[in-house]
Amino acid sequence: MYMSYKTGAERGTIKPVRADDPNTQIATKLRALYLSVQEEAIPDRFLNLLEQLDAVEQQQSVVGTAE
Amino acid sequence: MSGAVKSEEPSFKREMLAALPSLRAFAMSLIGRHDRADDLVQDTIMKAWAKQDHFEMGTNMKAWLFTILRNELYSQMRKRGREVQDSDGYFTESLAQHPAQYGSLDLQDFKRALDQLPPDQREAIILVGASGFSYDEAAEICGCALGTIKSRVNRARQRLQDILQVTGENEYGPDATSAPLTSRAFVS
Repeated sequence: MYMSYKTGAERGTIKPVRADDPNTQIATKLRALYLSVQEEAIPDRFLNLLEQLDAVEQQQSVVGTAE
Repeated sequence: MSGAVKSEEPSFKREMLAALPSLRAFAMSLIGRHDRADDLVQDTIMKAWAKQDHFEMGTNMKAWLFTILRNELYSQMRKRGREVQDSDGYFTESLAQHPAQYGSLDLQDFKRALDQLPPDQREAIILVGASGFSYDEAAEICGCALGTIKSRVNRARQRLQDILQVTGENEYGPDATSAPLTSRAFVS
């Protein structure tokens, strides 16, 4: 007569975080949104900017020692 | 990737490059528009570069850059006397440029909900929930107490739940299910 509650118990112990928990949903969406930008390639404008900053700095240090 | 990294390349620049993707995501989450977010990132790079003598190699470059970006954003906001934000523009621009990512109605709704949060709550939940900072680090970045950050994150979560109405039939209370995920403190 007894039903087996094994599956339910297993579910409870194995995976305590439920996909329909409000905080889980919010956390998942927040990360999805964030990652969608983070995973973009770094725009050229920043790579160029860093190159320029670096070049200027090296030039300045050369000029600085020459004068 | 754009070419090999030269071995003699200063590691300040290298570390900065490594932190840029996350820095952009942070800026984008705070401002909502790619053009403005990237302008802010550019200002941050310039500021950080000028201050690089203040940075101790080996410490947390990402947190350092986030702090500079945040200070820069709020200082610009004060100068302009209003928030550097435009919800409508945010939405349209994102839809136009990123139809793939934001194609899901779900994420669009979420973006709008996030946008409705007070700035202090929004940045708190982003830093802890998306950027991967600890509560301690987030408190340091925002220049406030640990308890303040915890309560902002909690209020942000609650507000988002209210806006998105995702509470539904799940009345868990202070439960074991979300604790491992959020490790939230019940401050208030």
